[in-house]
Amino acid sequence: MFAIKVEDVVKSYAEVMVLRRIKFSLQPGEVAVILGANGAGKSTLLRILAMLTQPDSGSIDIYGNDIAKNGPQVRALTGSVLHSPMLYTDMSVRENLTLFAELYRLKNIDTLIEKNACKVGIQSRLDHRVRTLSHGFQKRAALARALMHKPQLLLLDEPESGLDSRSVSYLENVVEEYRSSGRTILMTTHIIEHALEIADKAIVITDGYVHLESTTTCLNRSNILTAYSHTFSKTSGDL
Amino acid sequence: MRESLAVIWAIGRKDLLLETRNKDVIVAVSVFALLVLMIFTFAIDINQVNAKLTGPGILWASIAFAGVTGLNRAFALELEGNTLEALMLAPISRDLIYAGKMFGNFLFITAAQIIVIPIFAVLFNLAVLRWEMLVVSLLTTIGFSAIGTLFAAMTIRVRAREVMLPLLFLPVVTPLIMAAVESTSHVVNDSSWPEIYQWIQLAIAFDIAFIVISAFIFQQILED
Repeated sequence: MFAIKVEDVVKSYAEVMVLRRIKFSLQPGEVAVILGANGAGKSTLLRILAMLTQPDSGSIDIYGNDIAKNGPQVRALTGSVLHSPMLYTDMSVRENLTLFAELYRLKNIDTLIEKNACKVGIQSRLDHRVRTLSHGFQKRAALARALMHKPQLLLLDEPESGLDSRSVSYLENVVEEYRSSGRTILMTTHIIEHALEIADKAIVITDGYVHLESTTTCLNRSNILTAYSHTFSKTSGDL
Repeated sequence: MRESLAVIWAIGRKDLLLETRNKDVIVAVSVFALLVLMIFTFAIDINQVNAKLTGPGILWASIAFAGVTGLNRAFALELEGNTLEALMLAPISRDLIYAGKMFGNFLFITAAQIIVIPIFAVLFNLAVLRWEMLVVSLLTTIGFSAIGTLFAAMTIRVRAREVMLPLLFLPVVTPLIMAAVESTSHVVNDSSWPEIYQWIQLAIAFDIAFIVISAFIFQQILED
């Protein structure tokens, strides 16, 4: 069984085709990064996997569940941190985490909150209103929320953007924990060196196609730049 | 069933918590409704005869117009933090998100009515504080929240949503307003329960239709 199996996924917004027959798969326990220039379709792909947007065609299985047919089951297996932290800014971090723990029907909520807050280093900010936190802490709180229900698959959209080195190290710890416990991470990033360092597999998307899918041990920065040079030449200054 | 109710309660309670901190919706709805009532009090020479004739219509028109203001604000909060998507990430059916948001809106409109209806009773000198009025008010608020939640979600990403929401909402709730006005007229005229009940039945029918149709359409709206 694949952790993720994406077959011929197509997505367009109005006249613009963002994803054209995207196809790839991940094994459970793999940490994979999606690389690509701005507008390549990375975030759209992640939004489709998080079930926030529907593809025009194609099929996606997550841990053997077709996402078109088993929405709630797939969402229970998935944790997502997308571009915006998606937190209620007039509620404290604890109140936000409690709300989402209730929506995920979790037990021992207080213990879970403390445990996950520790993982991302926000225990001292739990009772602060989200509005008063820096972007970095808000992102950490969003990561804590995504981890609360111990998802089998973690989707991270440019998780290191706006984070300081300490926050990045918390993120790396989470990635390591996932790898060692046989769970899966799919993340997008613009930082190629970081991607090659922490991921087992890289998927390069160019103009809505999977242009390269390979284990990171076989790759270096220049391979990847070559893989999306076509897009890079059209959208300069993206790396 | 119990788990579903817990989810609906969690979403509704969250809206209530945010409202206690911001006081945006209930204050806006109450003040708007009271302003409309005051304007009509000055515009019409209120006496015992025309108060009974015009009062119920003025009351429900003011609540409907004011309700639109509140519905707009309730969804604007979800848009600000992109939090509607956070709710969509949870492993719950879209129906429960709809029911939770509807429950929140129901609480806000009810809270506003608790302020507005007694003031209406004083201004128009009408005996509306009766149990029959409680039933009318409850059913009308359920209908307003059901259809209002749907249209507020539909217009959330529209640039002119403040204009679009009343344009969609008010024509659709007109039959419900009609039922509310007629049953309130019977209440103020001290009519018997069977006479009031004719209109209550209409309100119940609309509530059921609004909830079923809105819950179905809400899923489609959220998906893309």
